[in-house]
Amino acid sequence: MYWGKILHIDVSERKTHVQYVDEEWLRKYVGGVCMASRLAYDNIPVGADPLGPENALCFANSVFSGTIVPVGTKYAVATKSPETGFLGDCLAGSYFAAAMKRAGYDGIVVKGKADRPIWIFIDDDAVYFNDAADLWGMETFPTEEAIRAKVGDERVRACTIGPAGERLVRFANLTNDRGRQAGRTGPGAVMGSKLIKAIAIRGTKPVKVADPQDLLAMSQKLAELAQTTKTEKYRILGTPANVLNMNRLGILPTRNYQQGEFEGAEKISGEYMHEHYTEKAVACAGCPIACEQVTHVKEGEFKGARTSVDYESLYALGSNCGVDSMAAIIAAIERCDLYGMDTLSTGVTISWAMECFQRGILTKEDFDGLEPVWGNGKAVVELVRKIAYREGIGDLLAEGVKRAAAKVGRGSEHFAMHVKGLECCGYDARGMQTFAVGCAVGTRGPCHNRSLAYEPDAKGEVDRLKAGPERGKLAKGTEDFAGVFDIMMFCKFIRGCFKDIWSEIPQLYTYTTGFAMTPDDLRQLTERSWNIKKAFNIRHGWTMKDDWLPPRWLKDPLPSGGSKGAYVKEDDLRMMIQSYYEARGWTPEGMIPKEKLISLGLDDIAEDIGV
Amino acid sequence: MVTQFQHIVCDPTKCVGCGYCELICAMTKHQVFDPSLSRIRNVRIEPIVMLSVSCRMCNDAPCVLACPRNALTQDPEKGIIRVDEDKCDGCGWCIEACDFGAIVLNPNTKRVEMCDLCADLGEPQCVLYCEKDALSLSAPEVVAQKTRREVVSKLLQELVSGS
Repeated sequence: MYWGKILHIDVSERKTHVQYVDEEWLRKYVGGVCMASRLAYDNIPVGADPLGPENALCFANSVFSGTIVPVGTKYAVATKSPETGFLGDCLAGSYFAAAMKRAGYDGIVVKGKADRPIWIFIDDDAVYFNDAADLWGMETFPTEEAIRAKVGDERVRACTIGPAGERLVRFANLTNDRGRQAGRTGPGAVMGSKLIKAIAIRGTKPVKVADPQDLLAMSQKLAELAQTTKTEKYRILGTPANVLNMNRLGILPTRNYQQGEFEGAEKISGEYMHEHYTEKAVACAGCPIACEQVTHVKEGEFKGARTSVDYESLYALGSNCGVDSMAAIIAAIERCDLYGMDTLSTGVTISWAMECFQRGILTKEDFDGLEPVWGNGKAVVELVRKIAYREGIGDLLAEGVKRAAAKVGRGSEHFAMHVKGLECCGYDARGMQTFAVGCAVGTRGPCHNRSLAYEPDAKGEVDRLKAGPERGKLAKGTEDFAGVFDIMMFCKFIRGCFKDIWSEIPQLYTYTTGFAMTPDDLRQLTERSWNIKKAFNIRHGWTMKDDWLPPRWLKDPLPSGGSKGAYVKEDDLRMMIQSYYEARGWTPEGMIPKEKLISLGLDDIAEDIGV
Repeated sequence: MVTQFQHIVCDPTKCVGCGYCELICAMTKHQVFDPSLSRIRNVRIEPIVMLSVSCRMCNDAPCVLACPRNALTQDPEKGIIRVDEDKCDGCGWCIEACDFGAIVLNPNTKRVEMCDLCADLGEPQCVLYCEKDALSLSAPEVVAQKTRREVVSKLLQELVSGS
């Protein structure tokens, strides 16, 4: 449902106001990533310093939050990323999103900078600015628990930062409901720069929908399908099931992407984890799948570590650091979660530092006596801590791999694995050439989740080891498909349960809001969303050279395994990028024609940046 | 206290904490998605403790005894507690008397509500909608029988299967 209300909070002035948005606006921007990106476009001025008071954290809810629509209780948050300087759009699920809905807001925009650490309490219609002196320094989930205890009501949900966000670690995240994170591109650093420790919400309003009977029936069907083989991977092993698959394909990032297969893959596989470490699979609010694999280390030097494990964390802090000790990886992930840092960027930055050590670019002295040889799990866990507290070499690494490599130099830029400043993700693009173009053009950097362009490669729809002129178009298609999930805010793990998202999702939207939506409306919506995101980037200085890949993927062929010899040829990449721009209706320079923006109803943006 | 009536039983090993039961209860009873109006409540103690709690239909239910206005009566056959809305004034004595926190004060009507097993619909809707089969309509003795059978089968697996 919609409330037609966006709450604006200025923490410098300690003032709030409500922006009322009408039906036309709501139907145009709908929710999730599209609404959050529009709010970011409108509220973040050109030239804003990502860590300055003029940057804004723009939350937008799912239209389905708080209802029984499966996996639809999620929120998006968009901001100017301190890693990329472009749009950072993140998603997270669970009860915080439901609380935001029940408090009566479709979106929340937070800007300014407090004069001392505060936590914001949105108590339905009231907003309180509370002193956070006693919370500052606390880890993420304990902060949420402490706030609940202060208010004395279990219904209070909070999105918090940990020590990493407080210290402006560029890849710090926002954490809610213990294990849910708005994870990538550094929104936690933005919140930390505003001296906001947490945004807590108590919502007590009922959520009404236009057509409860039909919505229930359709939701129940989806929830039942979510118990079948269509989600089996996620329910039983969770995303860690990917480890062995990626290893077989030869694209499991290993030792900072020096290899694509890992001799210790079995020991960090989903299967091994399930047998030895998984305690239980748990769910986000309103999710009938329950993919979150909570693991527990019961003995040894990492005894007591307990957290949920996903593939991306597993490869980044595992194979990519040469670590084959599941216990050490779990400990490193738990630390990242409690300090409030993105496990991917943390792992990829540490692996870069380990390669610097391997090549003698950084020495034992630089690491304060640590010996970060490949596989030294204990050193990885210690480096995670050093980054969060910016201690010793952690201060350098907290800047992310792009800035760290620029500072250290001496050839380390060659293996600084990032695009636009965001660290690479868990599929080596050399062995997935459709995904290679997806990584290059991604508005927030290289992202499996936003792009989904690995799917044609992984499913064998194309020859994944060869580039082709059609790949740009394919990457545009998977982005649009992913966009639907990110705007309507379904977790992508339910995607196999839809027969046809273009007709079924509009149906759910109409049952929920009472507003009509056709399949064509939905296609136009996801296009609109991608164009707003791109327009934000153009406005904040994007040029064509930002759509590119790290040197290693262009120069170093994979040495062994299922993708042996593969690399991305520069000419191929140029060709695929052109085919992507063409499919999007953009100019060969990647700019957006005025007519394109006007056809999407974005006339004002056409004025700003259209060509 | 002795419990023999059937009530909603939640299996904590199956419950994933999704909160569907709360949503479906509030929708069934009040046509809105509002966990505050749900008569079953999901308790989630991170990271893995998840269990839904609702009226356990106690014998000689303390809530009935506690009510100073005699607004609560217990169905002798099914154990369901009924609220006389004219007598109830929302004082909350029953809520405090309940050992399980299973009674809800409706903030709109200022009357208490508790699980009635969706008697008018034939079956509890939360059980119907629980995709993880964590909820069932059962009684302690039935649960105990099932547990005993499972544990004995496990202990003597070879004899049971005849191999």
